[in-house]
Amino acid sequence: MSTKNGFLNWVDERFPLTATWKQHLSEYYAPKNFNFWYFFGSLALLVLVNQIVTGIFLTMNYKPDANLAFASVAYIMRDVDWGWLIRYMHSTGASMFFIVVYLHMWRGLIYGSGRKPRELIWIFGMLIYVCLMAEAFMGYLLPWGQMSYWGAQVIISLFGALPYVGNTITTWIRGDFVVSDATLNRFFAFHVIAVPLILLCLVVAHLIALHEVGSNNPDGIEIKKHKDPKTGIPLDGIPFHPYYTLKDIVGVVVFLMVFSAIIFFAPTLHGFFLEQNNFLPANPMQTPPEIHPLWYFTPYYAILRAVPNKLMGVILMACAIVVMFFLPWLDRSPAKSIRYKGPIFKFALLVFLVSFFGLAYLGMQEPTPTVTDFSRIFGIGYFGFFLLMPVYSAVDKTKPVPDRVTGHGTSEGPAFVATESVEGVAR
Amino acid sequence: MVNDKEVDRGKRRFLLAATTAMGGVAAVGVAIPFVASMWPSARAKAAGAPVVVDVSKVEPGMQITVPWRGKPVWFLHRTPEMLSTLQLHNGRLRDPDSNDPQQPPYCKNPTRSIKPEYMVVVGICTHLGCVPSFVPQINPPGVPHPWEGGYHCPCHGSLYDLAARVFKDVPAPLNMVVPPHKYLSDKVIKVGEDA
Repeated sequence: MSTKNGFLNWVDERFPLTATWKQHLSEYYAPKNFNFWYFFGSLALLVLVNQIVTGIFLTMNYKPDANLAFASVAYIMRDVDWGWLIRYMHSTGASMFFIVVYLHMWRGLIYGSGRKPRELIWIFGMLIYVCLMAEAFMGYLLPWGQMSYWGAQVIISLFGALPYVGNTITTWIRGDFVVSDATLNRFFAFHVIAVPLILLCLVVAHLIALHEVGSNNPDGIEIKKHKDPKTGIPLDGIPFHPYYTLKDIVGVVVFLMVFSAIIFFAPTLHGFFLEQNNFLPANPMQTPPEIHPLWYFTPYYAILRAVPNKLMGVILMACAIVVMFFLPWLDRSPAKSIRYKGPIFKFALLVFLVSFFGLAYLGMQEPTPTVTDFSRIFGIGYFGFFLLMPVYSAVDKTKPVPDRVTGHGTSEGPAFVATESVEGVAR
Repeated sequence: MVNDKEVDRGKRRFLLAATTAMGGVAAVGVAIPFVASMWPSARAKAAGAPVVVDVSKVEPGMQITVPWRGKPVWFLHRTPEMLSTLQLHNGRLRDPDSNDPQQPPYCKNPTRSIKPEYMVVVGICTHLGCVPSFVPQINPPGVPHPWEGGYHCPCHGSLYDLAARVFKDVPAPLNMVVPPHKYLSDKVIKVGEDA
């Protein structure tokens, strides 16, 4: 005992080990009313670790060479002991990453988690999301299947829409006049080291910013307003460890059940997680009859296709992502949480949800005139939700926001009951 | 020793600015080789040699694909019926007279070719680089009608006629590219060199 403490003291005098543990876990006070939606932050961290570990082991057998890449993936699947498992953990992990992150962002949307003073947490989170998209896009080229090849061809060509410099930039990105071995090799470099390094730095920044201002909660109120006068600890706060570490373990167990079920029983998820066309080697002479990106990009892809002008299509697609960065400033409602927001906001949120899923579905369909028309309608719904928010959130009638968090032994007002049902619909 | 009054703040600011500026110059200088290393290498540039194609075995109405600079180049043997359709839909095309420089000057004509019966074109959609499908039939399912034969891009639905000219109201902005090419003999075409 004394030796152990002695060692800890020795370390603490040289490195703030105990202080760091306390600051971020055992004495980080999080609101006590976290609900289901608060699982997805820690789950995102879990999937990140999964991607890094499985990725490291995949690179031990993968060959980033246009002549060898496709065969080396087949080799991992067939000849490497447990290689199939590691690869399916990585490919399924990529889709699960987006599911978890989309749910995490949805949480931020309904509870106003990015609003003052948490704007930087939201911005760091959005940068993480952009990095994730880059990571997913470049990773998808590596198996060098038909969808890898043509997906990369289409996305790189997006930069060709830029006036004057477009063709120069696309050649520079590819390192060749077409997607080729040079492109594959550099995407490998970005996918395994450059982007993950940026991603890790952003995750650290996201967490440091979060722990500086403290977590938001389903009531969208500041627990730091009511502190115990003796200890200075927020009255509605509980230490993250052990309370939320234990709660999150329950989430992890349920998540791993779903994750394993997909890996073991439906690793391609009928073309949703791994597309059939990608089991054919890349052929630069022939585009597959149907080409669309994986599900997590399809909402933006549908917006791109809906515009009958190349440059405008690319600009609108980029705007669909950029507009989300401004969310903390677009919302003018006095209440942060959906629990106390009025009917207009809830309706707008429903429009957004329908538009997002609608676009995601349409992005997977063949580009017929009907698909294009519906994409335009849903595209208007998507942008309308963000661009009209400063107006409708300001005029919307809100309910009074409570002083302390609701539930857990405190009085549950009728507002709490009423809004739970709305969240149920949104789910 | 040194106190505040003796500090020359102007000199400090100058040194700080000068050091920052020189550091910036060095950073740009170091970035140049890294950025430049991402351009196509000498080997990639050398791979763009011309290719020679014999089209004598291409039956009327048929099309073959030959790689040139890693891109698919189509050789379409157009029948007189196919050629006669080219005038039918000029009003529905974005650039029926090929005013955009998507072809060498010697192919700026109604058929976008040197010899009307043979079309030579880089089979890459000008929208986002997919390879459009060859749809020579009249009014088949899967394309908007009326359809006199042409190309349909599977990616985003862009449409081209049998001279690779783009239709209006599709995402692709330009006609497909006609590469520089010339006839070595009656039926032998060299792609990559001007006529």
